[in-house]
Amino acid sequence: MTTSSLPTAPAAASERSPRRIAFSSRLSRWDLKLSPYLYISPFFILFALVGLFPLVYTGYIALLKFDPILHTGTFVGFDNFVWVFQQRQFWIALRNTLTIFLLSAVPQIVVALAIAAVLDSNLKAKTFWRMGVLLPYIVMPVAVALIFSKLFSDDYGLVNHLLSFIGIAPIHWHTDTIPAQIAIATMVNFRWTGYNALILLAGMQAIPRDLYEQASIDGAGRFRRFFSITIPQLRPTLIFVIITATIGGLQIFDEPQLYDTGGLAGGSNQQWLTLTVYLHNVGWFQDGSFGRAAAVAWLLFLLIVLIGLINLAVTRRISNNENRRTS
Amino acid sequence: MTAPILSPAAISGRPAKAARRRPGRGGAAAGMRPGFLGYGLLVAALLGAILPLYWAFLIASGDSSSLNDVNLPWWPGGNFLENAIKVVSNDRVSFFKAVLNSLIVSTVVSASVVFFSTLAGYSFAKLRFRGKQSLFIFVIATTAVPTQLGVVPLFIVMSQLGWTGTLGAVIVPGLVTAFGVFWMTQYLSTALPDELIEAARVDGANMFKTFWYIGFPAARPAAAMLGLFTFIATWTNFFWPFIVLDPSNPTLPVALSQLQANYFVDYSLVLAGVLLATLPLLLLFIVAGRQLVAGIMQGAVKG
Repeated sequence: MTTSSLPTAPAAASERSPRRIAFSSRLSRWDLKLSPYLYISPFFILFALVGLFPLVYTGYIALLKFDPILHTGTFVGFDNFVWVFQQRQFWIALRNTLTIFLLSAVPQIVVALAIAAVLDSNLKAKTFWRMGVLLPYIVMPVAVALIFSKLFSDDYGLVNHLLSFIGIAPIHWHTDTIPAQIAIATMVNFRWTGYNALILLAGMQAIPRDLYEQASIDGAGRFRRFFSITIPQLRPTLIFVIITATIGGLQIFDEPQLYDTGGLAGGSNQQWLTLTVYLHNVGWFQDGSFGRAAAVAWLLFLLIVLIGLINLAVTRRISNNENRRTS
Repeated sequence: MTAPILSPAAISGRPAKAARRRPGRGGAAAGMRPGFLGYGLLVAALLGAILPLYWAFLIASGDSSSLNDVNLPWWPGGNFLENAIKVVSNDRVSFFKAVLNSLIVSTVVSASVVFFSTLAGYSFAKLRFRGKQSLFIFVIATTAVPTQLGVVPLFIVMSQLGWTGTLGAVIVPGLVTAFGVFWMTQYLSTALPDELIEAARVDGANMFKTFWYIGFPAARPAAAMLGLFTFIATWTNFFWPFIVLDPSNPTLPVALSQLQANYFVDYSLVLAGVLLATLPLLLLFIVAGRQLVAGIMQGAVKG
């Protein structure tokens, strides 16, 4: 590692007076001691100010009745939480957030796995295909929402038009709850499936090739090899993808906020009202109550932690079982 | 737990020699080229990526009737430029201002994230100090914290400072990320040999000079990657700018969100604006798409 002894440059030092050596060496000792802290301090100070403090402070504001004009609050205990729990819209938003999350995360990871597996095979024009599946990532979610809200238009949308070819009657992508949520999940999947496929691909490439060779010799077919080697070996990468999808997916805002810009965000009947859209409505729109919005934010935070832990436990379990089966 | 693997060779976009597979050896599909099903899936994925954008272009290049036209032509009409000009020349949309604002915000945020992350990453990877382990664990833990949920107090503080509606309110919360520090630490701990630092110290360079002339140049490939991803994330970010900015001084996503709600009934204009707004990152993708792919794959986890 770095020098623990003081930097000595004998030739130069001998020309200087002893006092100066003492001074400069003390200076350089401080340099050595303090610099590491100095270099990490901008991150810690800024992160504490704009990242951590607001999150913790949210917990405090949630206990106040906050006056948005005077910027003062009176302590009301858990009144805001009680109020939130009494709102029908909160429970609808909670349900919608969970269903939209499931509708997007599950198909997204399954399809990403399939794409990654194909990209991992002996493919021509690798870079082309990899870039191709990543293209939607650079389209901003706001733009995706504006495009897809018309693709999924209730009457003349392209999706309904295409469905009519196979004899399916027009689906009410905006008025009906489940179709609306499928449409929103589709937007999320559009943007993130390719991205996640590339992450999974990187994980697949790290799997030792010998494992596949041995399995081939033992007579394992392509699908057997995928489920008995690839999936268990991919566990850490899968956990990573699932956790990031959870943190992002449960906070979904852009797509449901802009799915129908004409009416109220979240749909006339809260068909696709999510928790973050609800948070925004409570804090900045209908109610204008920061205390209540903070309570929603805090509940959403707890939900993310909870689902994250469940994910972790389930993923551990599944891949452990698969490991046992292969060994 | 999760530890991104960064290797110098791979991060520069070139696959490392050892990782390059000998022909005829796939993964689960060992020894096989992808069959009909495999290519079919890729083609479907590619169509799924391109078709929505192409459809938007068809509408944006038509006129106000295109949206409801079930017999939409497969070939774009000639009105795209005209529609685009209508969008950018509408004073209330402030399109150019939005582009400029997005450019300022994204550039400042990425430069700051890259600089502070490299500085902290260098310290974590290469310097010795008390409490290093626990501080780094703290960094890892905070990468998963959804800081976006701190919007309520952040907004209160911003309005007390009188910053709401200004770009500063969008820039300041983005100045550092825990992920950036983590990423640079991982890279520098393998990419920068300790001997180089020692040599500089023996030559009498002080700590900052050593960082500036040895650490920073060594970090360049990973720093470029971090800058690229931070730029895209900031450019596409909507939630916080939407809350704190005014539609008269928007970033690009905020301006887009106003297009249909407040200004245009004609959806070919809305989609022309959407495509115009997508163009800058599309150009970036054409230039740096290869690096983006490499970056995502390097950030992936292992072990």
